[in-house]
Amino acid sequence: MFPIELSGVAFRPQGRNVLDGLDLRLDGEGISIVLGPNGVGKTVLLRMIAGLLPVREGRLAWGEASRPDAAIAMVFQQPMILRSSVLDNAALGMKPLRLARGERLRRARDMLERVGLADRAADSARLLSGGERQRLALARAWAVRPRLLLLDEPTANLDPSAVDAVERIIRGIRTDGCKVLMTTHNLGQATRLADDIVFLADGRVQEHAPAQQFFARPRSAAARRFIQAELPWRIRFDE
Amino acid sequence: MTDTLFAALRLLGSFDNTLVDIVWLSLRVSMTAVVLGALIGLPLGAWLAIAEFRWRNLLVVFVNGLMGLPSVVVGVVVYLALSRSGPFGDFGLLFSPSAMVIAQMMLVVPLIAALTRQIVEDAWRDYAPELRVMGFSRGQSMLTLIHDCRHSLLVALLAGVGRAMSEVGAVMIVGGNIDHVTRVMTTAIALETSKGDLPLAIALGIVLMVVVLTLNAAAFHIRRWAMRRYA
Repeated sequence: MFPIELSGVAFRPQGRNVLDGLDLRLDGEGISIVLGPNGVGKTVLLRMIAGLLPVREGRLAWGEASRPDAAIAMVFQQPMILRSSVLDNAALGMKPLRLARGERLRRARDMLERVGLADRAADSARLLSGGERQRLALARAWAVRPRLLLLDEPTANLDPSAVDAVERIIRGIRTDGCKVLMTTHNLGQATRLADDIVFLADGRVQEHAPAQQFFARPRSAAARRFIQAELPWRIRFDE
Repeated sequence: MTDTLFAALRLLGSFDNTLVDIVWLSLRVSMTAVVLGALIGLPLGAWLAIAEFRWRNLLVVFVNGLMGLPSVVVGVVVYLALSRSGPFGDFGLLFSPSAMVIAQMMLVVPLIAALTRQIVEDAWRDYAPELRVMGFSRGQSMLTLIHDCRHSLLVALLAGVGRAMSEVGAVMIVGGNIDHVTRVMTTAIALETSKGDLPLAIALGIVLMVVVLTLNAAAFHIRRWAMRRYA
């Protein structure tokens, strides 16, 4: 399944170049965070890898194969929450795996324990707060034991304590051996979580570097401008 | 007028045999038609909501159009199909409650399917990306969506009950309005009114209203409970 390689990938809805010859190689470990200005194609990139958008221009390869041979999971900014219990929602992702219901519920309970929602298992999932919903979505994704977890701005609109809880879960998922590819606008979060940064601008990967290196010495002018605008108090580069 | 109303209430109070037979047959025929119609209409509507094929929009318009299907047209079609010389004539169903169930089902299926399609399609728009990434098959997605929209789909079923119970033309044609065999509330009301036996017609009208209002009240309370329980 790894490395995931995208070469010359383009996405041009109605003639607009969102992705324009994007090249990227992702290895199977750690947390990679995709950064870039609004509308640069971060979500599009995740959706293409998840198979939600077809790769019409360019190539997406999974190791030697053209399809992933292990589970992929994705958590969205506004996760789907069904009108049923927290436990049923956590077990939902395992339905296609053809596991017995007992096994699905056992795994779901285990995951709810890990994300701190075990005491809410019987409650209606729609009554959870935004932060709790994201933790539930992460538990649901984690329960399928994915090799790759895609996170599309999972902490947008959450308060700091909810962000902290979600980040702890994401670290736990990485420790479990799952590759995490995530988008965020929160550079503070990127510095806390990322092993490597993929910086997108003008429809391409401008920079793909270890996180420390990216924040200390961004190579591209676009990345320097982006970091300075987001974290002006933290970093001053020599132009 | 007052005498007629009192006579109707006396009929109701005495559980008049004729009246009870008619009410029981009406409920049996309509509820069977709605249950069978739901078994077809719910999955058909859910499938239409999530299916992707070339003529989908045309089919959606067609099913929506069938909601307004005149019941007498359905009656004639079912009559032709079940009559001795028709393709299903050998079953001998014409002028039987089964024929009435078939006719009402044909009226109810498009209604339930069209409303289900609209309700499920709205949910599908929100849920499709996640269900796809999870690897849900089309069948699993349909079942998940029907279950998730179950409280809203009550409205579709209720509309089906209303359509079935208030229908006259089709059941008159395929049932024949035979006393103690195929006479239901609507056909009896039409007949008794034309005969001038207004107390029975009014009593049946009151029962019909009570049934419809009770079902609506039940659905209203279930939806309110669901809103509180599932936000």
